Amino acid sequence: MIDFLNAIVALSNFVLIPAIAYGSQLALGALGVTMVYGVLRFSNFAHGDTMAFGTMVVILFTWWFQSMGISINPLPTALLALPFGIAFTAILLLGTDRMVYRFYRKQKAVPVIYLIVSLGVMFILNGLVRFIIGPGDQRFADGERFLLSARDFKAMTGLKEGLAIKTSQSITLVTAIIVVIVLFWFLNRTRTGKSMRAFSDNEDLALLSGINPERVVLYTWLIVAALATIAGTLYGLDKSFKPFTYFQLLLPIFAAAIVGGLGSPIGAIAGGFVIAFSEVMITYAWKKVLTYLMPDALDPTGLIQLIATEYKFAISFVILVIVLLFRPTGLFKGKSL
Amino acid sequence: MSDIQKNLSYFALVAVLIIGTGFYQSWNSALFILNMGLVSAILSLGVNLQWGIAGLLNVGVMGFVALGGVATILISKNPVPAAWDAGGPRILLGLAIGAATIAALVVGFKRLPKGRIRTLALVVLAVGGFLAYRAVISPAIKSVESVNPALEGYLGGLGLPVLLAWPIGGVFAAGAAWMIGKIALGLRSDYLAIATLGISEIVVAVLKNEDWLTRGVKNVNGIPRPVPYEIDLQNDPGFVEQAASFGLDPTLASTLYVKLLYAGLFAVVLVLLLVLSQMALNSPWGRMMRAIRDNETAARAMGKNVTARHLQIFILGSAVCGIAGAMMTTIDGQFTPSSYQPLRFTFLVWVMVIVGGSGNNFGAVLGGFLVWFLWVQVEPMGLWLMQVITSPLAEDNALRLHLIDSAAHMRLLTMGLFLLFMLRFSPKGLLPEK
Repeated sequence: MIDFLNAIVALSNFVLIPAIAYGSQLALGALGVTMVYGVLRFSNFAHGDTMAFGTMVVILFTWWFQSMGISINPLPTALLALPFGIAFTAILLLGTDRMVYRFYRKQKAVPVIYLIVSLGVMFILNGLVRFIIGPGDQRFADGERFLLSARDFKAMTGLKEGLAIKTSQSITLVTAIIVVIVLFWFLNRTRTGKSMRAFSDNEDLALLSGINPERVVLYTWLIVAALATIAGTLYGLDKSFKPFTYFQLLLPIFAAAIVGGLGSPIGAIAGGFVIAFSEVMITYAWKKVLTYLMPDALDPTGLIQLIATEYKFAISFVILVIVLLFRPTGLFKGKSL
Repeated sequence: MSDIQKNLSYFALVAVLIIGTGFYQSWNSALFILNMGLVSAILSLGVNLQWGIAGLLNVGVMGFVALGGVATILISKNPVPAAWDAGGPRILLGLAIGAATIAALVVGFKRLPKGRIRTLALVVLAVGGFLAYRAVISPAIKSVESVNPALEGYLGGLGLPVLLAWPIGGVFAAGAAWMIGKIALGLRSDYLAIATLGISEIVVAVLKNEDWLTRGVKNVNGIPRPVPYEIDLQNDPGFVEQAASFGLDPTLASTLYVKLLYAGLFAVVLVLLLVLSQMALNSPWGRMMRAIRDNETAARAMGKNVTARHLQIFILGSAVCGIAGAMMTTIDGQFTPSSYQPLRFTFLVWVMVIVGGSGNNFGAVLGGFLVWFLWVQVEPMGLWLMQVITSPLAEDNALRLHLIDSAAHMRLLTMGLFLLFMLRFSPKGLLPEK
């Protein structure tokens, strides 16, 4: 019985909790991609770098606050800086929309052109972020590191395995839940949200019923700015901030959005968790958990790690391929908000 | 001005830029720009084949380039007998088991009747195959990688002439393109983009981590060359004499001579591929491709198999990228997996194609040279600009130091602006498609 409890604790500590935190981060990222897809109808390759930009602003404000001695201990200062990050990212996105995307919208360009244009935006953001903060690793998490440390847990329960919950992980989950509730309330209950959904469902019909497309687009970018900055900041708090890592996050985020069904917000959340859980479970070395569960004679000799951690991209990719082959519209039929 | 005059004047501009580099900087850097410009032109020719002629979005150029690079190792390096003894055949067996499992899965999926039994059988097959593959290959990899890890620790290659690796690199890339095309073509266009992005990241991850194949991040150095070594030339009295007759010292002369030989080899490949692409573009096949690109539905109604044609041109374009990748690794003389960066190897190529003129082969070549020249030269220009802008500030001003430090990242910004301006004001590129 004790062995069984130890196994569960080890499983939660190394698989469930990290996967839930990572899944929430991916879900928020995928929501951003899916919103752009649903309303503006293109795959935004600049999303990873938008996240990097937002996080960068948050980091700069965090440093400024820290230098002035402002803090909200035990919570990380970054939460205080978050609204500023969102505001700057919103200005950036509205600026790119005004200067870049609007022209193609007027032309009614095909989605592929938007995609290539978003590559150009990606280049610029990449350069901008590296120019301002540099290409290196930045850690900006402060405040209390653990909500529950492994030692405390062991002392509390007397189990051999420890259970640690990082502050960043719990903040991630709480923030993600709040953001998702607000987003769905906005989309389903408010007039603007409903007009966005209508526009995403059927553009012509929405235009006929007097919905102002520019307003819908404006709100979309504002929401995307908030989602991208929050997702980026949470990821950065949980791991660390490095511009190139954020670019690489594009793949799991797109995989999450497509697995859930591009254009479907519920799908994006589900997809985020599917990708995160598969990634963590497949790259986890199961030896510890199995040692507790199996009878002694059958103790595993190897690490029982299915795939090395370096190949975590391969997992999102394989899931993506399976979905593309068998259910190209995703788990939740996509295409509209 | 006629088209031909316009074409010629643009290419003359590129020539002036490169020759200018020779006079104002050094002939070595001018030839470096020329050589990499030739490779870039080939890369952009490959992407133009896919995007310009068929309208396919390949965002994984880096992966195909890297596969070309692997070919140079596998063809030209000498085999490592101790490593082969330690587990070479076993690795091959493991790979065969992996391939057989995948083949069996595909066949099983197509042949077995639909239903729960099929799903169950396929899952059992997949899991069993994976476990067997791991059981066979893991110990073999371990023992191969422990053979003299400081210098070897990998299986080596076949010890064949390195020039052979160029076409083989194309074949490797074509194989990967076939697999990815089978999955993602026929679905919406952005799915191909995302799938290629994924496969390129995976290819590079494999090359970084499978030490038995490519030594991973330990890099493979000393890849044999198709041209003589500088040091041999410097020790050759005949060469030294000839260099002296041009008034050059032997060291400079030997580096220039080697670079010129590469330029000659690369130019041959570029001209060959350009002629082939031009013939393909103007053939009935090329007209059909453009017809498919311009109106897929109409082409399908005319009885064209759109997906099969797309697969065909996707494979051809990727093969060209693979060839360029093999050439790039050959001129570097070493294989460094960590040097594969998507911005440099994928997205820069896209800038080349768009700037040059998608759909026009000469445009792609021009874009390759011009954008590569800018990519190399923007960095010193940015540094100079930053120094001028910040000159009113004090020598040790933090802002000044930061700006000068970050000047290198200006090139990304410049390329992005370049791409956006081109797309907005001249979407057909410098040399538009006719």
